[in-house]
Amino acid sequence: MAGQIYKKPIAFTLMVTLTVLAGSIVMMAYPMLRPDMHPKLETLKPFTPLQLAGRDLYQREGCVNCHTQTVRPLKSEVMRYGDYSKAGEFYYDRPFLWGSKRTGPDLAREGGKRPDAWHLAHFENPQEMVPRSNMPRYTWLKTAKVDAEATRRHMQALSLPFAAAQIAELGQKTELDAMVAYMQLLGTAVPRKAAGPAVDLAAVNPLAGNPAAIARGLKVYADSCAVCHQDNLDGMKGAFPSLLEEDEFLEEHPDMGDGAYFALIAGGSDAKAAIGRKGYPDGGMTAFGNQLSKDDIWSVIAYIRSERAKHKK
Amino acid sequence: MNEEYRYDYKTVEGYILSAIVWAVVGLVVGLLISIQMFAPAFNFNAWTSFGRMRPVHTNILGFGLGVGAIFGISYFIVMRLTKRPLVFPKLARLQLWLFNLGIFLALVTLAMGYTQSLEYAEMEWPLDIAIVILWVMFAVNVIGTILVRREEGMYISLWYIISTVVGVAVLYIVNNLSIPAGLLKSYHLFAGVNSANVEWWYGHNVVGFVFTMPILAMFYYFLPKSTGLPIWSHRLSIVAFWSLVFGYLWTGAHHLVYTPLPDWVQTVAIVFTLFLIAPSWGSVVNGYYTIGEDWTKMRTSYLSKFFILGITFYGLQTVQGPTQALRVVSQLIHFTDWVPGHVHMGTMGWVALTVTASIYYVVAKIYGTEIYSEKLANAHFWLVLVGQLVFSITMWITGIQQGAMWKATTAEGTLKYTFMEGLVKNYPYWHLRALGGAIFIVGMLLFVANVLMTIKKGRALEAGPKVAAPAVA
Repeated sequence: MAGQIYKKPIAFTLMVTLTVLAGSIVMMAYPMLRPDMHPKLETLKPFTPLQLAGRDLYQREGCVNCHTQTVRPLKSEVMRYGDYSKAGEFYYDRPFLWGSKRTGPDLAREGGKRPDAWHLAHFENPQEMVPRSNMPRYTWLKTAKVDAEATRRHMQALSLPFAAAQIAELGQKTELDAMVAYMQLLGTAVPRKAAGPAVDLAAVNPLAGNPAAIARGLKVYADSCAVCHQDNLDGMKGAFPSLLEEDEFLEEHPDMGDGAYFALIAGGSDAKAAIGRKGYPDGGMTAFGNQLSKDDIWSVIAYIRSERAKHKK
Repeated sequence: MNEEYRYDYKTVEGYILSAIVWAVVGLVVGLLISIQMFAPAFNFNAWTSFGRMRPVHTNILGFGLGVGAIFGISYFIVMRLTKRPLVFPKLARLQLWLFNLGIFLALVTLAMGYTQSLEYAEMEWPLDIAIVILWVMFAVNVIGTILVRREEGMYISLWYIISTVVGVAVLYIVNNLSIPAGLLKSYHLFAGVNSANVEWWYGHNVVGFVFTMPILAMFYYFLPKSTGLPIWSHRLSIVAFWSLVFGYLWTGAHHLVYTPLPDWVQTVAIVFTLFLIAPSWGSVVNGYYTIGEDWTKMRTSYLSKFFILGITFYGLQTVQGPTQALRVVSQLIHFTDWVPGHVHMGTMGWVALTVTASIYYVVAKIYGTEIYSEKLANAHFWLVLVGQLVFSITMWITGIQQGAMWKATTAEGTLKYTFMEGLVKNYPYWHLRALGGAIFIVGMLLFVANVLMTIKKGRALEAGPKVAAPAVA
């Protein structure tokens, strides 16, 4: 009886169709009907035309082939990238861009981690900012203007709100501007949490002047700090402050205490308010509190101070 | 000799030749992107940058080589098993031209950056429509020919071909539903978490219904044909078939473990993924017991080793896959180079060995002759085997290393390594992987040469005196 189906192609095809549909309905179609597949964070805002243009470029260049946009709820991952991704952050994402391969770092919490100037320089020449990186140079983004008319059509297709003035402004922007605007948006619907250990601003560096710590600090500096502040600690004008020049680094403040240094390295830009520095408005210092041990941070402070002492001579 | 058959075999040959051309293109692009992984200077310009070339590689090999070969070989199998020529031979010929045009346009538009950013569904909406039309043409000919068959019972291979026709249609149409926003721009109809779930329901199953079902159809047809041994258990093949077709569709969300997708969807997918070992191994066991009836065939019939090694890699693949779906394993290897290692064992091991062996068989059969050179075929076999093993094994090692370095913490609880410290450790393995890929390509070029020489030999035979006319039935 059951064997008859192998002699009846129509019945067989129908049977196969029903079998294929069973799992598809339970796992693909049914979840769509549930609200937990369509959550939206209250803090999440729709894309602006510039941000959407940036996202379109992120798609065009296939960034998703090397960068993920989802932080898994694993201890190491939250420490490295920031808070784990929430379902409600992706309400406007068509398609999702979580990716499947992390050749480069995750970008889900990229927004506000680094200043625009870092991104501009990095897209132009990644190896200059991150030696031994394997990322391609995206030199063509700087020379092309955003296609304002196409972006307007895209905003309309997605039923996203926009003003005519926003589209008019787009014409002045390069593709690189749009890409960086998108970078700075990523993950910002979830407020950043303070990274690393609590900091006592009055703390004194227990490793100050320790030669072994200074040597260790050089290694930490080369691995984590030189990317922006450069190998010679002299920074990059207008983007990354020199750690040697007092007028640039300290601005109106006299030398900071060890505790303030520690707070800035551990907490990044978010610590600036606590120590009374204005910082750059478009983001800035990355928080290293989860990536560097206390000793590493004290070591790098010892190293910076020793370099500054040499520089003054 | 039946003239209608000859005509349709020419169509089959057309698909095989097309698939071979796309294979060479896709493999060269694969080698390029494997070099770009450690030498960014090989990103020559926008068109050849990694982000655009990687989808070109996967689409040209998946759809150009894979689907091209599936079209051609499925038509061959359908005709043999129904003892009929195709019901719509001209439609199959038209489909062949449309197919090549489509793959060419995919190559160009993907290099230009027109993409839906959905893995294995990157092509923009006008090409999606073309693919659906192609698929309907294929379905009409397959189902139509089976309906007018001269053999009452449908052999196992026909079950797998029918399930391919149905499965790909359902998957492709749903996942490519999108909001058009221009001639070559669209946005997924589904958003956020839902977009992810639909995409991986598709993404995983397109592997199932393009790289598993039709390849099993070839395996079940050509293994007995090339060895003269009947399939060991018909009953086992029935159980394996239905449980595979049933189980596959539940498993896609194992690609989304630890993402914001609701936990229950992830868990159900993981459970069904474990279940999938059973039907996969049903075919593995059937293959092994079939050759087990006479192991000397591994020596005497040069194609046997392609099929048996192929099904061996299928067996390893279908144990490795479910293992990866487990949360504890996923958290270590997901997003690392382990995953390309896994995928390439399936494509370079299982799929490539089975498809190339099937093509050897079909091309020789079309002209009623023997393969141009068994020696060359044996060299091809060993080169692709070594190339694939070098590729996969290096990727597994570096993948585990990467995952471990990402997770490592100090006694104080801070991260032990920066991202770059982990990345630079990949470089030696990425060099070896490119080497493995290059060895594989040399093997595949021997295959291409062998096929072309066989066709040349066959055509000379046909043009020769009538006595040499091949007996085809």
